[in-house]
Amino acid sequence: MIKAILIFNNHGKPRLIRFYQYFAEDMQQQIIRETFHLVSKRDDNVCNFLEGGSLIGGSDYKLIYRHYATLYFVFCVDSSESELGILDLIQVFVETLDKCFENVCELDLIFHMDKVHYILQEVVMGGMVLETNMNEIIAQVEVQNRLEKSEVRPFLSSSKSFPLIYVFGFSQVSAIKYSLSVL
Amino acid sequence: MALKIVKGSIDRMFDKNLQDLVRGIRNHKEDEAKYISTCIDEIKQELKQDNIAVKANAVCKLTYLQMLGYDVSWAAFNIVEVMSSSKFTYKRIGYLAASQCFHESTDVIMLTTNQIRKDLSSPNQYDTGVALTGLSCFVTPDLARDLANDIMTLMSHTKPYIRKKAVLIMYKVFLKYPESLRPAFPRLKEKLEDPDPGVQSAAVNVICELARRNPKNYLSLAPLFFKLMTSSTNNWVLIKIIKLFGALTPLEPRLGKKLIEPLTNLIHRIYLFFSQILHHLSAITLVCFSWLIAFLFFITVLISLSSGMPNHSASIQLCVQKLRILIEDSDQNLKYLGLLAMSKILKTHPKSVQSHKDLILQCLDDKDESIRLRALDLLYGMVSKKNLMEIVKKLMLHVDKAEGTTYRDELLTKIIDICSQSNYQYITNFEWYISILVELTRLEGTRHGHLIASQMLDVAIRVKAIRVFAVAQMATLLDNAHMLTGNTQRNGICEVLYAAAWICGEFSEHLENPMETLEAMLRPKVATLPGHIQAVYVQNAAKLFATVLKSQEGNTDSTTAQEASQLMIDRLPLFVQSANLEVQERASCILQLVKYIQKLQQKDVEVSEEVCALFAGELNPVAPKAQKKVPIPDGLDLDAWINEPPSESESEDEQPKAIFSKEEPKHSRPRHTEVDEKELARRREARKQEQANNPFYIKASPSSQKVYQETPGVEHIPVVQIDLSVPLKVPGLPMSDQYVKLEEERRQKERAEKKKKDKKKRKEKRSGRGKKHDSGPESEEDITPAHMVDIVTEEMPENALPSDDDERDPADPHKALDIDLDKPLADSEKLPVRSHRAAEVLKSPAEDEEGENVSSLEPKKKSSKEKREKKKDKDKDRKVKMLFESGLSEAKSSKHKKKKQKREKEDKEKKKKKKHHHHHHHHGDKGGEESVQNGTVEEEEPLPAYDIQGNLQDGSQVVVSVIFENKCDSFLKSMEFNVLDSLNSKLQRPEGSGPHDSLTIPFQLPPGVSNEARFVFTVQSIIMPQKLKGTLTFIVKNEESSTHEKLDFKLHFTCTSYLITTPCYSDAFAKLLESGDLKSSSIRLEGVNMPFHHLLARICFHHHFSVVERIDSCASMYSRSIQGHHVCLLVKISSQTVSVDAKCDEPTLLGNVLDEIKQTFSQC
Repeated sequence: MIKAILIFNNHGKPRLIRFYQYFAEDMQQQIIRETFHLVSKRDDNVCNFLEGGSLIGGSDYKLIYRHYATLYFVFCVDSSESELGILDLIQVFVETLDKCFENVCELDLIFHMDKVHYILQEVVMGGMVLETNMNEIIAQVEVQNRLEKSEVRPFLSSSKSFPLIYVFGFSQVSAIKYSLSVL
Repeated sequence: MALKIVKGSIDRMFDKNLQDLVRGIRNHKEDEAKYISTCIDEIKQELKQDNIAVKANAVCKLTYLQMLGYDVSWAAFNIVEVMSSSKFTYKRIGYLAASQCFHESTDVIMLTTNQIRKDLSSPNQYDTGVALTGLSCFVTPDLARDLANDIMTLMSHTKPYIRKKAVLIMYKVFLKYPESLRPAFPRLKEKLEDPDPGVQSAAVNVICELARRNPKNYLSLAPLFFKLMTSSTNNWVLIKIIKLFGALTPLEPRLGKKLIEPLTNLIHRIYLFFSQILHHLSAITLVCFSWLIAFLFFITVLISLSSGMPNHSASIQLCVQKLRILIEDSDQNLKYLGLLAMSKILKTHPKSVQSHKDLILQCLDDKDESIRLRALDLLYGMVSKKNLMEIVKKLMLHVDKAEGTTYRDELLTKIIDICSQSNYQYITNFEWYISILVELTRLEGTRHGHLIASQMLDVAIRVKAIRVFAVAQMATLLDNAHMLTGNTQRNGICEVLYAAAWICGEFSEHLENPMETLEAMLRPKVATLPGHIQAVYVQNAAKLFATVLKSQEGNTDSTTAQEASQLMIDRLPLFVQSANLEVQERASCILQLVKYIQKLQQKDVEVSEEVCALFAGELNPVAPKAQKKVPIPDGLDLDAWINEPPSESESEDEQPKAIFSKEEPKHSRPRHTEVDEKELARRREARKQEQANNPFYIKASPSSQKVYQETPGVEHIPVVQIDLSVPLKVPGLPMSDQYVKLEEERRQKERAEKKKKDKKKRKEKRSGRGKKHDSGPESEEDITPAHMVDIVTEEMPENALPSDDDERDPADPHKALDIDLDKPLADSEKLPVRSHRAAEVLKSPAEDEEGENVSSLEPKKKSSKEKREKKKDKDKDRKVKMLFESGLSEAKSSKHKKKKQKREKEDKEKKKKKKHHHHHHHHGDKGGEESVQNGTVEEEEPLPAYDIQGNLQDGSQVVVSVIFENKCDSFLKSMEFNVLDSLNSKLQRPEGSGPHDSLTIPFQLPPGVSNEARFVFTVQSIIMPQKLKGTLTFIVKNEESSTHEKLDFKLHFTCTSYLITTPCYSDAFAKLLESGDLKSSSIRLEGVNMPFHHLLARICFHHHFSVVERIDSCASMYSRSIQGHHVCLLVKISSQTVSVDAKCDEPTLLGNVLDEIKQTFSQC
C-alpha cells in the first residue's frame, strides 16, 4: 500500500500532496517538512530509498523518491510494495505528466494542481496501484478532459476571452518553461 | 431578470479561478497569510451563491488551500453540494476536494451515501469512476456497509475501467466492513481470470494485500496464482505474485519445490523489467546487469526454498555470495536492495550471513544513511557471543564519528538492542556491558537517556553478580554528575542519574565509600535536575544514610554517624523548598526522621537496625505480562453477577449468590475447572523443570535469598574465577575496550585450560585420534560467561498460563479479516441491500437507514426488494435482468415474477397462486406480475415489477409489493389498481367497499419517478399456483391534454412463493424423514451444466430452501410453507444429470414445487 504521495520543490514548497490515510492539516504540513528535511539533505548519487520518517510511518514504511530538476517526487510505501516497482511507477507518472502537459515543468504543477490530481487518480487509487500502462492512463485522462470541455467550455471560454490580465493590464504569465532535465 | 443574469455573469467574470489564486499568492509573498484570508472570505461569498459553477470554482480553490495547510473542513457541506452536481466537471472537483479533506469523523459523509450510490450506477462510466476514486479515500464503515453490494455489482461492469476500480476499492471495503469479505470473495477470485489485464492486476493486488496479513487463508489459491504466474505478462502482477508466494511457502513447503522451475523462467522477464528501471537511474554497466540477474534468481529461489528444508544451505550460501557482489557494487540502489535481501536470508539462515560481517561493517562507513541503517539492522541479527564485543566496539567508534544526532541516536538504540536482545543472550561479560552503558552517557544531547537508564537498572537488578561493579560505576557517575548536566537545555542524558542514584541507594551495601556518595547526592547542584530525578535522589540518600549508620554500628566512635546525620540535616532543607511536590514531601518527611535520629544518637541509642528496617526487603523484577497471566482461581467466575442482576421480578427473597459459589462450574472456562490439586502441582513442577533447563531463565531460589544458586542447567558450564582477569574496580570512567582485550585473554586461557583437560582426558583414555581437536575456531558453546551469569527471570505468578504472548494489536484492522474463505457461504451471510423503509419493519437498522430515497435513485425499475436480493451474489445479476425484462417487454403472456422470502434466497419463476398465509406488515413476498396485455400505450405506462413474500406468522395473507415507474414524459395520476378475485385468493379491500371495487393508489408519478405500493391478498389454499388478472387505470396528463389509460396485467402466485426458508438441523431432518408421514416424489433434470454448489445456491435462492447437509455431490435441503408443510429434498448430481427426490406432507404442493424447480433449470 502507498500511504502518501508528496511532490515538493527544492525549497520544500508542496506542489501536490495526496495522503491515503487521514492526517489533520497541520500534521500533513509537519510531515511534508520532515520528509523534505530527510530527502533534501541527501546527495543525488545516493540510493533512492529512505527509511520512513517518524511522523508518517514507523519501521514498516519507506520513502521512495526521485529528484527531477526542481521537484522531488516522494512516495511513502509499506513493505508490500516492491522498491524498484515504485521507482518505475514514479517514472511512469512523471512521463505521463510530461505527455499531458507537453514538457512539464514546475509551473504546470503549480497552476494546475487539480489536473495533476486527476492524472494521479488514474495511476494510484486509494493507496493501491491502479494502472501502470502509460498509454492507458493518458487515454483515460484525455477522454475525461474532452468530457469536461464539452460540458464547461461555453462558460469558461467566455471568461477566458476577457482574461484578467488585460483587464488589469499586467501579465504574470511570463513563465518560461524549463523542462525537467531528466526527461 | 435579464439584468440579473448579466450581472451574475459579470460577477463571475471577476471571480478568481484557481490560476488567479495561485498567481495572487505568488505576488503576495510577504503578506501571504493576509492575502489568503481575504481569498477565503471571497470563497465564502462564492459558496453562498446558487450557481454551481461558482461553487465548484470555490471548492477547487479550497483544495489548493488545503494543500497549503489550511483547514477547509468548514466547507464540507458545500463540497457535498458540488459532488452532487450532474455535470462531470463539477462532480470531479467535488470528489477531489472530498478525497483530500474528508475522513471518518466528517459528519456530512452520512449525507453522501445516496449520492454516491447514484453516481456508482450512473450510465456515464466516468461518473462512476470518479465516485469510486473518491470513495476509496474516505470510505467509512457505514459507507462500506451500505455500498458494498453496489460496488460488488460493479465488479462485473461491462467496462474494464470500472471493473478494475471496483475490484481495488473492495480492499478498502473489506477493511472497514470485514463481514463483506466472505460474500464478495468468490467474485474477487473470478476477477483473477478477468480478460482485461488491468482488472486482473487489480485483483492480484487486492488478494496479495489481504494474504500478506493472513496468508494461511489463501493457501487454497496457490494453484491459481501458479497458473497466473506462468501465464501473465504483466510485471507488476509477477512481482506481487512472487511476494505472495514468499508469504505462502513457509506454510506449505511443497509449494517451494514446485516453484523453482517457473521462477527460473521468469528471471529473464523480470530482469528486462528491472533493467529498464535501472536504466533511468544511472549508468550501470553490463556486468552489473548480470549480477542483477543472479540476484533476482537467487532471491526467488530463496523464497521458494526458505521454508525449512535444511539441505539447501549450499544454494543459500551461493546466494549470499552473489548478494555480496551486489552489495560491493557502486550503484547505491543495488547496494541497498542487496542488504535488504540479506536481511531476509538472515531470518532463516543466520549462519550463512554471519560470515560476511566484514562487508556489513564496511557498509557502516557508507556515505548514504539509508545504507548504514540497513547495515545496522543486519548487525542486529548477526551477533553471537563470539563477535558481540567486536561489533559493539566498531559501533562505538561510529558513535563518536557520527555527525547529526538522528543517526547517532539510531546507533545508540541499536547498540542497546543488539546487546539486550533475547534476554542478554550474547553477553558474556556484564562488566563490559555496564562500561559500554557508562560510555554512552558521554554522548551529548541524545534523546535516549531513559533507555540507557532502564538498561542500567535492568542489568543491576537482574544480574546479581554485577552489582558490586555496577554500584562502583554508578557512584563515579554520581560524583561526576556535573559532566552530564552541563547543558541543561538538552539534557536527556541526565536521566541516567535517576538510575545511578537508585542503584547506589538500593545496593548501597556494596559501596566502597557510602559517605562520599551521600555527599555527592546532596550537592546543591542537584536541585537543578528534573523533579522526578530529585525525588529519587532524596529517597536514596535516606537509604545511603541507613547504610552509613549500619556500617558504624558497634563502632565506639560515633562521629561518622553523626556527621552523616548532620550532612542530611544541612542539605535536605534545599529539597524541602522544592517546587516539585514529590521532592518536597519526601524531603520533609526524611528531614524530620533524621532529626529524630540525631536526637537519639546524641543519647547514644542504637538506631541503625530500626533505620535499616525502613528499607528492608528485596525488589524483584516482575514481567510486564505477569498480571495478565494470573490464572483465575477455581470456581471464580468473573462474569457471574455479584449481586442479583436487576430483574423484572423483584424477588428479594432469593438468596444472593456467593461470588465463589462452588456449585457452578462454568463452561466458558473449561480449562480451569476440574483441575485438581495434583494436576496443579504437576504443572508447577513441569514449569520449574522447564525453567531450570533454560540457562537464561534461572529463577532465584524460592527463598529469595541472595545466594548464587547453581541450577542444574548451568552446572556443566565451568565457572571462571572472576578476580583473576578483570579488575573489579576500574578507576575513573571505565573503558570498555579494556574488556575486549581482557575477554580475549580470558578466553584463551580458558581454551588452554580446556585443552589441558582434554589432553589429560585423552591420555587417560588412551584414545588414538586426538589430533583433530582444537584446531578449529572456537564454537559458540566453547565460550563461557566470565561470571556466573545469574539473570533473575522476571517474576511470573505461580501457575501462569504458558499462553501465546504474541497477540496482535487488537486495533489492527487486518485482524478482523482473518476469515476462513473456504467455508461455503452461510445463508445469513450476505451484503445488506437497501430497500424501502415500509417493507422493513423487521429489518436491521442498518438497512433501514436509507430506505427512503430509493425510488428517486432507481435507474431501472427494480423493486427495493430485488435490491435486497442482490446480496445473494450468485444470482443477483440474472435476477435483476429478469426483472428488468418483465418491466420492459410487452409480452402478452404472463411475466416473470419474483418473490422473495424473508431472508433467504429466492426464486423467481412463474408461480401459480394458491393459498396464502402472509402477514401484512411483514414483507410478504409474493410477486405479482403484470403483463402488459394490450400493448397500447406501452411507453407511457408505469410498468410494474412486483414481489411476493410469505410469512409464517399469518398463514392466510400474502403481501404483494408492486413498483410503479413512470417511463413516459407525462404526469400520471389517479391510478387505480384492481384484481379479479378468485375463490381462493382475494384482494383485501377497505371495509365498506364492494368485492369489485378498485383500490386507489395513494401517489402520483411525475415523469421518470417510481414508487412502490403494496396490496394484501387473502389466500386459502397454498398447494396450487394461481394467476390473477388485474387492471390498472390511470390518467396521463401532459401540457395539452390528459387521457385516461388502462393497463392489464396478471399476478402469478407460484407455490414456491409460499415457502419460507427455514434452517433445519440434520438430526431433526433425519427424524422428519423417518416419521413416515411424508409422501415422496422425484424429478430428473438433464443437461444441467453448472457446478453443484451453483445448483444448490440456485435452488436455495429461487425456491427458498436451505441446505441441511452436503456430502460430495449429494445434498439434503429443507423448506417449509407458510402453513407449516415440510418440504425435504435430496439432490444428487452425476455427470450432467440431477435427480431430485422430494418428500412433503402435501403431495400436490410438492408436485407443483418440483415443477417450478424444473422450470427454473430449463430456463437457464
